[in-house]
Amino acid sequence: MISGRCAACKYLRRRCPSHCIFSPYFPPNDPQRFACVHRIYGASNVGKMLQKLPPHLRAQTADTLYTEAKCRIQDPVYGCVGIISHLHQQIHIAESQLAKTQAEIAVLNSIAREAQVQEIEADSNFFNNLLPEEITAAGLRSYGYGPPSTQTFRFN
Amino acid sequence: MGGPSPCASCKLLRRRCAKDCIFAPYFPSDDPHKFAIVHKVFGASNVSKMLQELPIHQRGDAVSSLVYEANARVRDPVYGCAGAISYLQNEVSKLEMQLAVAQAEILCIQMQQQPNYLPTNHIDVQAGEKSHLLSADFNNNMSQYLGFPSSSNVIQDPLKRESLWT
Repeated sequence: MISGRCAACKYLRRRCPSHCIFSPYFPPNDPQRFACVHRIYGASNVGKMLQKLPPHLRAQTADTLYTEAKCRIQDPVYGCVGIISHLHQQIHIAESQLAKTQAEIAVLNSIAREAQVQEIEADSNFFNNLLPEEITAAGLRSYGYGPPSTQTFRFN
Repeated sequence: MGGPSPCASCKLLRRRCAKDCIFAPYFPSDDPHKFAIVHKVFGASNVSKMLQELPIHQRGDAVSSLVYEANARVRDPVYGCAGAISYLQNEVSKLEMQLAVAQAEILCIQMQQQPNYLPTNHIDVQAGEKSHLLSADFNNNMSQYLGFPSSSNVIQDPLKRESLWT
């Protein structure tokens, strides 16, 4: 029945057999899909590619062939290879930025650690220099190590 | 004395290689595999039409990209280059996420060190630039095409001139 032809057989102006290899993947309501694929690959090559694959993989194959054909029509020089190259560039840029950011984190962490060590050493020196009688609650308060009301510092 | 050797295309197609053969500059006789694979996927007639529609200075690159695509399709008959695109887009997304985490970590560290710290314009500009670089418009365009699983093959950058276009 002529009205039941798939997009491929309509395009090729032929009868659409009951086991047409194209009909599950090129429905008549989307003629552009087969037109794109035919323009880049040719009906014969597409038919051969689909025939070589098990039926459960053919739909995905038809989709990717259509995607690549569209890319090639939009960019006749590079096709989807241009997109791949652009993605590689993006990855390279992102990796460089990530490495730079991680290096910044390492530097900041190193500065923070050094500051902590210096603070600890300063506290340690302070306590080492206190006389035994100053190491009492009252004595510490006078050095500011007590309740807020006694925040006075005195270093030897 | 014999004439010049036919190009790889005319050898495969078993025809006389004309002086102005469109394939001859790009498919030398010493690399028959190159044309064979392009012919297998696209067909000689389609390749010829594509090349004729392009200016001469772009045909070399077009042939190289066709060879790349044909190889990808032979290697992966189901996904071809689309599988590579899907895989690389995943990689970009992962890196974007790692970068965002690292940038957040820097902000945290800086805020800990300086409690009154506010992000400078420099960091905002960087973030804006990165956002532009890592979310190009074509990613949005490609997303409507791509719902394919990733290919597990690592795909080399096809336009590195020193590796492919030589």
